[in-house]
Amino acid sequence: MTNQKRSEAYPLRRRQVVEQIVHGKENLLVIAGLGSTAWDITSAGDRDLNFPLWGAMGGAIAMGLGLALAQPDRRVLVVTGDGETLMGLGSFATVALRAPVNLSICTFDNEHYGETGMQSTHTSGETDLAGVATACGISVVGLVRNQAELDAALPDILETPGPVFHAIKVRAENLDFVLPPKDGVHLKNRFRRALLGDEVI
Amino acid sequence: MDWWKQIYEALRQADVRQVAYVPDAGHAALIDACIADARMQAISLTTEEEGIAVLSGAWLGGTRGALLMQSSGVGNCINMFSLAATCRFPLALFITMRGQWHEFNPWQFPMGQATDKHLNVAGVETLTADTPGDVGPMAAATLHQAFSGGGMAALLLHQKLMPVKTFE
Repeated sequence: MTNQKRSEAYPLRRRQVVEQIVHGKENLLVIAGLGSTAWDITSAGDRDLNFPLWGAMGGAIAMGLGLALAQPDRRVLVVTGDGETLMGLGSFATVALRAPVNLSICTFDNEHYGETGMQSTHTSGETDLAGVATACGISVVGLVRNQAELDAALPDILETPGPVFHAIKVRAENLDFVLPPKDGVHLKNRFRRALLGDEVI
Repeated sequence: MDWWKQIYEALRQADVRQVAYVPDAGHAALIDACIADARMQAISLTTEEEGIAVLSGAWLGGTRGALLMQSSGVGNCINMFSLAATCRFPLALFITMRGQWHEFNPWQFPMGQATDKHLNVAGVETLTADTPGDVGPMAAATLHQAFSGGGMAALLLHQKLMPVKTFE
């Protein structure tokens, strides 16, 4: 059974969570899943080393894997939602098999599909994403439900050798859109230029 | 040279460093060669669409990749192709065919008989290698198509190149 209302009372607010994670981390390579997490990451400041997805649902974690393997000396952060994560659950197994130590994944879990009318996701019922990640073999896994747990998890999210996964329970709320650039070629080129230099464009 | 070795040499020649794959009998020797190659990272996927996203991430990070799969996996990729198409991420696919030639399993027919059509509608250019001698030049052309301009390109490897599967 789903619990439609439960997450409306969760204390963590997604925009404040993302701000706390990425603030001042100018070297972090960030992939954001489509929808709310793409707006979240942009609300913390649009930057060249953000790659906010506008589609490709279910692909954010796998994209982070390819990037992490290509850039083993840089921390790669995937920030995505519970619906997006659910569409690509197999990616946890794929990540665990290659086990890049520089990959950290945060799922902002509000237990709803935010972009389509706040329908309940499976995590509003019995599904436990941290449990899924653990069972798939992700090295470092945490469940974050409040500010104290977020404060304690930050070193793991940003520094601990991984792969790392955190399910961060955030309040179900409708927030203003903070839209990143929409042009995919532009997003790709600005990211590659910032990471690899002008000559790659 | 065995046809799979021609693909392996083409991958090396093109400086492909990430090889994503879904296990496949036709690609078995090539996959083993990529796993054994210290310059390559072989990435075993749970579904082919993951590979599209993995290779897009690789390109963001400055690394070239390729995806090895079977024709039945093309259907799994259709929406994820939009990632490569919209952002013009290079995509090089090497697809062993099923449902095409002395196929034992009729459940392979629907995807096998429409693989190139599905790919073309999704914007992926296709070449088909029917004989071992075609494979090397076509593999090189497929990689060139992908990496010279951010295109999506697939080489279909005709089922007659593969051992006949009989379940006997």
